[in-house]
Amino acid sequence: MYDSHGHLSNSLQTGIGLFYFLVTLMNVGFAAYQHFERKDKLQTMIWSFVAGVFFLHSAAYLARMGWPIFPPLEHAVNFVMNPVSYFVLAVIGFSKLIFFRRIATEPVVAWSILMGTLWFGGLAMTNGNFSAIITKPDNVPIVMLIFSVGFLTWLALRKMVINDARLDRGEPPHEKTLEEKVLVWPDLVYTELIAMVICTLILIVWAIVLKAPLEQPASSARIPNPSKAPWYFLGLQEMLVYFDPWMAGVVLPTFIVKGLMALPYIDFNQKGNGYYTFKERKFAITTFLFGFIVLWCVLIVLGTFLRGPNWNFFGPFEAWDPHKNVPLNNVNLSDYFWLMGFGSSIESKHWLIRELPGLFFVFVYLAVIPPVLAKTVMRGFFIRMGFVRFMILVTLIQFMASLPIKMVLRWVLNLKYIVFIPEYFFNI
Amino acid sequence: MSIGDYIRNTQVWKSVFRHPAPRDRRNRVVVMLTNVFLHLHPVSVRKSGIELSYTWCMGGITFFLFLVETVTGVLLMFYYRPTLEHAYNDILSLRDVTTLGILRELHRWGAHAMVITIWLHMYRVFLTGSYKPPREFNWGIGVILLVLTLLLSFTGYLLPWDQLAIWAITVGSNMARATPIMGHEGPGAKALVIGGVDLIHSGSDARFLLLGGRFVGETTLLRFYVLHCVALPLAAALLIAVHFWRVRKDGGISGAL
Repeated sequence: MYDSHGHLSNSLQTGIGLFYFLVTLMNVGFAAYQHFERKDKLQTMIWSFVAGVFFLHSAAYLARMGWPIFPPLEHAVNFVMNPVSYFVLAVIGFSKLIFFRRIATEPVVAWSILMGTLWFGGLAMTNGNFSAIITKPDNVPIVMLIFSVGFLTWLALRKMVINDARLDRGEPPHEKTLEEKVLVWPDLVYTELIAMVICTLILIVWAIVLKAPLEQPASSARIPNPSKAPWYFLGLQEMLVYFDPWMAGVVLPTFIVKGLMALPYIDFNQKGNGYYTFKERKFAITTFLFGFIVLWCVLIVLGTFLRGPNWNFFGPFEAWDPHKNVPLNNVNLSDYFWLMGFGSSIESKHWLIRELPGLFFVFVYLAVIPPVLAKTVMRGFFIRMGFVRFMILVTLIQFMASLPIKMVLRWVLNLKYIVFIPEYFFNI
Repeated sequence: MSIGDYIRNTQVWKSVFRHPAPRDRRNRVVVMLTNVFLHLHPVSVRKSGIELSYTWCMGGITFFLFLVETVTGVLLMFYYRPTLEHAYNDILSLRDVTTLGILRELHRWGAHAMVITIWLHMYRVFLTGSYKPPREFNWGIGVILLVLTLLLSFTGYLLPWDQLAIWAITVGSNMARATPIMGHEGPGAKALVIGGVDLIHSGSDARFLLLGGRFVGETTLLRFYVLHCVALPLAAALLIAVHFWRVRKDGGISGAL
């Protein structure tokens, strides 16, 4: 991305310039919306000004001024980012979004967040390490995923907020006011036709602009570092940091599929069928959003953009150094228990004795917690769902929660395995 | 008489479309009933069901991309031979020799897009509670279609036979050897021993079944090719038919009956 003099390459600057020009147009559109639709003078002024700022950026890059991203900012971001802070920030951001959904989905607020992201994204592209990983052909879909999930999550939450307010006023949700029937020809078939034309156009442009990747011929001798699965499985590959392959690669994916299929049969809530609502389905929506956004999409982004050679973590502006050395000093629960607790050796013990503490915890987690929940905090669920449904629900949530639990144990206690029975490949 | 009216009055036109143009209410109903493709739709739908900000159009786009993948995939099969000798070079010449060569790009980006759109479709169906009765079964069909889409993409990933391909598939399929009981490095596999002989070893486990060998090689390429071009698309097409049928039988795309 840099030429021999350390300047930004011309093609990259043109790209960033065009990108900022597009953002300028978006803000002109938003300002026009504020002016003509909302008749809001202050907002019109603000977004006209923002459009001007973006236009300046656009002109600067198109004129090859070569503004780089502020280096201390790069260092600060790299310094702050690690697997713990990344995931914790994602969880905090997610909870804030859910909690402050009324404010966060206000168009002006959401637009500000988007503009901040686009502004920073454009500047970040001037960093060679960042742009190299973002523009890898097979990574481009993830950028699309981030923006489409972001936009649609905003749209859905916005509709939920509006519908919840309507329900509070005793009105039916917006969708229920559209019960009237219309003919499929022309209303639906034309929409489909237009959608098909737009998709075809996008696909053709995408195919012309971006070549499909083709690397060196396959060789079983040269193992690339890092070796990564296709991007949509990188959330699962990230789980390998915390679990053995039998859990991360087989058991947990199986539970995801089974859990999704079981979902309509365990969700006993009859409300919220056919319209957006949050307040009528708080538990279901929060759980699903957490699973899809935090445990799936956020981990895919982590696995793709921030995991380099040897699956080490690299900040977004950090060079992928294959010799980066990260000390691994993780300890098994049995070591903690026998060595540090009793000072006795663990080698001489039979595996069953050795792993008794870990097996005890797993037993408590899977067998004791569900009935306790049924008696206490989830009593209402248990009564309404019945034994079988309740047990399936709690088991699914426990397997889902096992990942964040293992993450926290790793980060706080350096815990490697709760149960470690390599004799039978049974490590948890 | 205008030329359009003239064409619509020919015997050929009338034999294909057996009713006047869909300009009035009656013929707009008839057109939906007399055309096998349009007949996938009902005659009329609730207004909420065609509101773009409600449906996001993601299920329809996923199906459209499935069709794009089918057409471009069939065309790609003209150029591609799934053998170690030819696979990589065929892809290379597809890039370097073929005129207007964006076929592979269309297929690859269409596949990536389809993975995203099917997630987003599922996301919308969840957020609008559209999996609730009476649509529980169709949601299950949809989950299987999701798995099939990922498998289609995964099997296709190997076919270019470059470094990106085999190592991505190696990383992915290595998981299979850790399958409980069925994988030779999975928990419980060592329990399946008869007379001191392991039943599950690297030549008989789940990974071997998937790859047709102990590592990603020519047998794997053939296996993934057949799965990618024949078995998985057929299964997907069948379930798509069931999925669409059930959307109609369960009372439209969403909402309580």
